Amino acid sequence: METRRIFGMRILPRFTSLTKRGIAGWMVLLGSGIVISIVVMTLIAPWISPHNPSALNVGPIRSPPSPQFPLGTNHLGQDMLSRVLCGGAIMLQVSVLSVLLCLAIGVPIGLISSYVGGAVDKICSLVTDSIYAFPGLVLAITIAAMLGRGAVNMAVSIAVVYIPSYFRIVRSHVLTIKELQYTVAAKAIGAKWYTILFRYILPNVVPSILSVATVNFADATLTAAGLTFVGLGVTKDIPDWGWDLTDGRALLPSGAWWVITFPGIMIILLALGFTLIGEGLSELLNPRLEQ
Amino acid sequence: MPLLEVDSLTVEYWTRRGIIRAVDNVSFALDKGEMLGLVGESGSGKSTLGHSLVRLLPTQGSIVGGHIRIGGKDVVGYSEEEMRSIRGEKIAFVFQDPMTSLNPVKKIGEHLVELIQTHKPNVSREEALRFAEAALDDVGISTERINDYPHQFSGGMRQRIMIALAIALNPDIVIADEPTTALDVIVQAKIMDLLRDLCDAHGMALILITHDISVVLERCKKVIVMYAGNFVECADSVSLHNDPKHPYTQGLLRTVPNIELADQRLESITGSPPDLLDLPSGCRFWPRCPQAMKVCHMKGPSMVELENGCCVRCFLYGGLEQ
Repeated sequence: METRRIFGMRILPRFTSLTKRGIAGWMVLLGSGIVISIVVMTLIAPWISPHNPSALNVGPIRSPPSPQFPLGTNHLGQDMLSRVLCGGAIMLQVSVLSVLLCLAIGVPIGLISSYVGGAVDKICSLVTDSIYAFPGLVLAITIAAMLGRGAVNMAVSIAVVYIPSYFRIVRSHVLTIKELQYTVAAKAIGAKWYTILFRYILPNVVPSILSVATVNFADATLTAAGLTFVGLGVTKDIPDWGWDLTDGRALLPSGAWWVITFPGIMIILLALGFTLIGEGLSELLNPRLEQ
Repeated sequence: MPLLEVDSLTVEYWTRRGIIRAVDNVSFALDKGEMLGLVGESGSGKSTLGHSLVRLLPTQGSIVGGHIRIGGKDVVGYSEEEMRSIRGEKIAFVFQDPMTSLNPVKKIGEHLVELIQTHKPNVSREEALRFAEAALDDVGISTERINDYPHQFSGGMRQRIMIALAIALNPDIVIADEPTTALDVIVQAKIMDLLRDLCDAHGMALILITHDISVVLERCKKVIVMYAGNFVECADSVSLHNDPKHPYTQGLLRTVPNIELADQRLESITGSPPDLLDLPSGCRFWPRCPQAMKVCHMKGPSMVELENGCCVRCFLYGGLEQ
């Protein structure tokens, strides 16, 4: 079988033999299963939804689950099954986009700051540490409120909260690797600074970045749900699980439990899937646990 | 003109406890193809001296005085970029611990290709790979293993790879800092011989840094003994072996077991090396010296040149007049 190599690691055999890798392998398999099904469901939702998820009064209002409306309807008479099927699109986009933003900003800053050291490092650390001082969701809400609604704005406000985690993990690894013998040995053979940074240091940080990024997907998903829940996500005409939570919470006293339950389960499943992949991968990618 | 000329080199470390002068005013010269042994206990400054020759001191350390001339050019004033361009090409370094000296995510062939392409940008990848294979062949590593990762090699083989990296570009000078400390005894001898033979074959000068005086006596023509940042004796290995001058060298040689003596009691040098922040007055060795005189407490001896060309830093051999 052809072996694909990514950053010098044999990736494919790792996945073909996942089930032989103990509980971590099963975690990744289960997590990927959940996430992939949600992604596929969201992709084909426009064709399989019985109704337009945003159309009002497709049925009676607040009708409990029935054969005609398997997950019931909300206070606007919208079909909850259609809303559950379509409601993940924004959340998935936002979590992917925010993780990419974190990678694109947090990793280079961490690399340069710790490699250059001195005043640059001091300033970068000070800035990221001060971001750390705020509670994550509160900061995201503040930034989202300033930027206004929309998927990109949501992703940006989530990225700002999580960039310091990437910065810190990259920085701490670089500081260690910088002092290791092979980095000094690279200098002794006359390697240029960018060679040392991108060929010696970065590849050795990648496994840690990967595990942070995968775990971060779950956090980003939950934060995205939170932002929509407080009304700072997307506009109300776009179906979103976060909105359904808001509506469902208001409807709970009237006994319409189905409006909040099913979107809630979806959010939990998505976060669980990402977490399983993240935790499993960080275990599998740890070279010390090999063999 | 000697290939390498070190002239009153002084290296200091800034630590929280104070400034440590790890290498104090040392001078020596090295000719083309010459093999020099640098012997001393831990903390004698031998590794610091080695690292300062390639200007790879830790951030707390710096060269505060003296000159290092390589091929007549003083590299102490070189910029980092000028220094980078000669490392690996003119002066190479073999590190103490082969287990951590190779990048774990890089194939060993890539290490060599990178070295070659860094210094010879016009060389194509294919040529560099062929070059890499030749270098691996030189150190006795099968060329089939060019695509293996460092963790697939044993310590001894990794040190061979490090040596291949050091000699690949035929540098003028190779500095080996305790290249065998992390290896077992049988591999040690093989690596040492390999290093010597390769340097011989390619006409490279070798500076062998070690704490094991027997290793150096066997393989190097010239030996320098260091103690607490000073050179205490410079001699050719034959005179050093047959007629050590400095009491410290005499002590070191007595610690080497002799195969011809059946029931030999191995001696040791009493005491331990001085704290470089709190040096004894006078000669740095007197608290441990069996032949210490009154004058040794008062002032430090300077290097005295003897009639056979050896140098020694001890009042037993003169230098008292001043």
